[in-house]
Amino acid sequence: MKSLGSIRRDFAPWNDPNAKPYIQFDKVTKKFGEFTAVNNLSLTIFEREFFALLGASGCGKSTLLRMLAGFEEPSAGRILLDGQDLRGIPPYKRPVNMMFQSYALFPHMTVEKNIAFGLKQEGMPGADIARRVAEMLKLVKLEQFAKRKPHQLSGGQRQRVALARSVAKRPKVLLLDEPLGALDKKLREETQFELMDLQQELGLTFVVVTHDQEEAMTMADRIAIMDKGEVMQVATPAEVYEAPTSRFVAHFVGNVNLFEGKVAERSASTTRITGMTGAQIVVDNGGDAANGAEIVFAIRPEKIKVSSKKPADAVNALEGEVYDVAYLGDMTVYHIRLDDGQMVRASALNASRVTEDPLTWNDRAWVSFRPDAGVVLTR
Amino acid sequence: MNATWSRFNITSIVLGFAFLYLPIVLLIVFSFNESKLVTVWGGFSTKWYVSLFHNQGLMDATWVTARVGVISATVATVLGTLGAITLTRYTRFRGRLLFSGMVFAPLVMPEVITGLSLLLLFVAIGLDRGFFTVTLAHITFTMCFVAVVVQSRLVTFDRSLEEAAMDLGAPPVKTFFQITLPVILPAIISGWMLAFTLSLDDLVIASFTSGPGATTLPMKIYSQVRLGVTPEINAACTILIAVVAVGVIIASIANKRREIQRQLDERAAQRG
Repeated sequence: MKSLGSIRRDFAPWNDPNAKPYIQFDKVTKKFGEFTAVNNLSLTIFEREFFALLGASGCGKSTLLRMLAGFEEPSAGRILLDGQDLRGIPPYKRPVNMMFQSYALFPHMTVEKNIAFGLKQEGMPGADIARRVAEMLKLVKLEQFAKRKPHQLSGGQRQRVALARSVAKRPKVLLLDEPLGALDKKLREETQFELMDLQQELGLTFVVVTHDQEEAMTMADRIAIMDKGEVMQVATPAEVYEAPTSRFVAHFVGNVNLFEGKVAERSASTTRITGMTGAQIVVDNGGDAANGAEIVFAIRPEKIKVSSKKPADAVNALEGEVYDVAYLGDMTVYHIRLDDGQMVRASALNASRVTEDPLTWNDRAWVSFRPDAGVVLTR
Repeated sequence: MNATWSRFNITSIVLGFAFLYLPIVLLIVFSFNESKLVTVWGGFSTKWYVSLFHNQGLMDATWVTARVGVISATVATVLGTLGAITLTRYTRFRGRLLFSGMVFAPLVMPEVITGLSLLLLFVAIGLDRGFFTVTLAHITFTMCFVAVVVQSRLVTFDRSLEEAAMDLGAPPVKTFFQITLPVILPAIISGWMLAFTLSLDDLVIASFTSGPGATTLPMKIYSQVRLGVTPEINAACTILIAVVAVGVIIASIANKRREIQRQLDERAAQRG
């Protein structure tokens, strides 16, 4: 069975028409004065899903999260959690908890007291609180720091206290606002996997806001890519990367080569594209592009093969000159200037220590790719 | 740093400090004067301190001042804090500009005018002048100082702390008392101390608004000075200076130690 990307997904309620939605944004609009932060947005999130809201700053992703937490009320539309309309329910009565970007640890309380804060508000008996706090400290491996104050902890430790505090109440949904934003790169990568394990272990629904596409790709079951208060695409990381539905998404996630062109010939199985500069490209999947439509052909750099001679069996092969080469260790990135002037970025994995077809600056080169290597975008 | 100890620098520092502190030093020195004449040195003695404690009028005035100070500073702190919260949290309401202007106006209002207008008010509504009216007047003019101190702290207060508390299930009032108040407490304490100090040394407004039986220490000292400065007054002032100095020194040492401890902790945390 063929599948997009390299992971087979067994958890995919979004493909099940009978699955009950857990969180629903129903035509939600949020305006701050004249500025529309979220524009008529609808979105469905399922139970136990790890859902990421990805976008540049100011795209409305944090506003969406804050509306779910109850800090902002939608100007129009409804938000449903497990079938219940959240309108008018204040933050302190919602069964969701949030982990703040700044961590928002209470500076005058010890780690222990920080974690116990939410449980005390619930009126949980003291013995149960102590047990739950101990459990949480163990979960985030901070047992020996229970009596410390937040300023006596390192950044990574503070992040884990914030996490423990926000899951201590066993919320229905955990909201994470740029949870790893303040950590350095190495710690961030470790913590990404820790968060995924934690989500599995606790069986909670996670909604994470991030501007880091790698972070979203690593952790999330599905990603919503947002721009100017609207959702551009909601899909699994593999779909977002391999089958973007718009130029914006293709550009936003990863690197991409875009060829502007026109559909010259369209049949059920193949689409022939004539580039604006005359190049001919044949692809399997033409999407919803009609004959004669102006389209953009998007192809990822790693799907393009670079060689010094024209490959004999290639369906799509274009000739040009090596403009730039960058050796990155695990792979080599080529910038090829095609004879029609178009620049193409191609990357080759360095699977062996020696290469048989070395290319250097100003060499003649061919770029080739399979008919199923890219996607045709009409938007 | 390339500050050199040139003759000019030394001269200006000596003159500057002399200008500021010479009168106070003189006052302290003459409080230990044996002679009854304030400006003639007659040998060392502590007798004025002894007689001070037997001067019922001065002791009464001290007691009035202390009570006025504590009560007015406390009430002014509560009101000033509320005003500061309103001004930082509710950035858009009808008449906000007018409100903030009215909160801060007493800061620049000449004391004579504040005192006189309060006197006119008390007379108009038929309120007998005494302990109550002085306290009321002090609350009025110290409140804005508290508001300024607390507001400057609130501006840098991380609102997400309050959001986190509410997110964890604490209603707004509980959030205020368990999170906001403890975090801004140092500023509130500074505000209280400022208000107390201002009330302690106020002469002008107290003279306007006080009545018989509620003479504050500055008023008492001033009235005695008009009859001629006695070394007793010098002694009283020296004690006042000592109390204030000790308070300030303790506060700054405590502050410094807390700061050092904090830096040590942070360094330790960074090491893991």
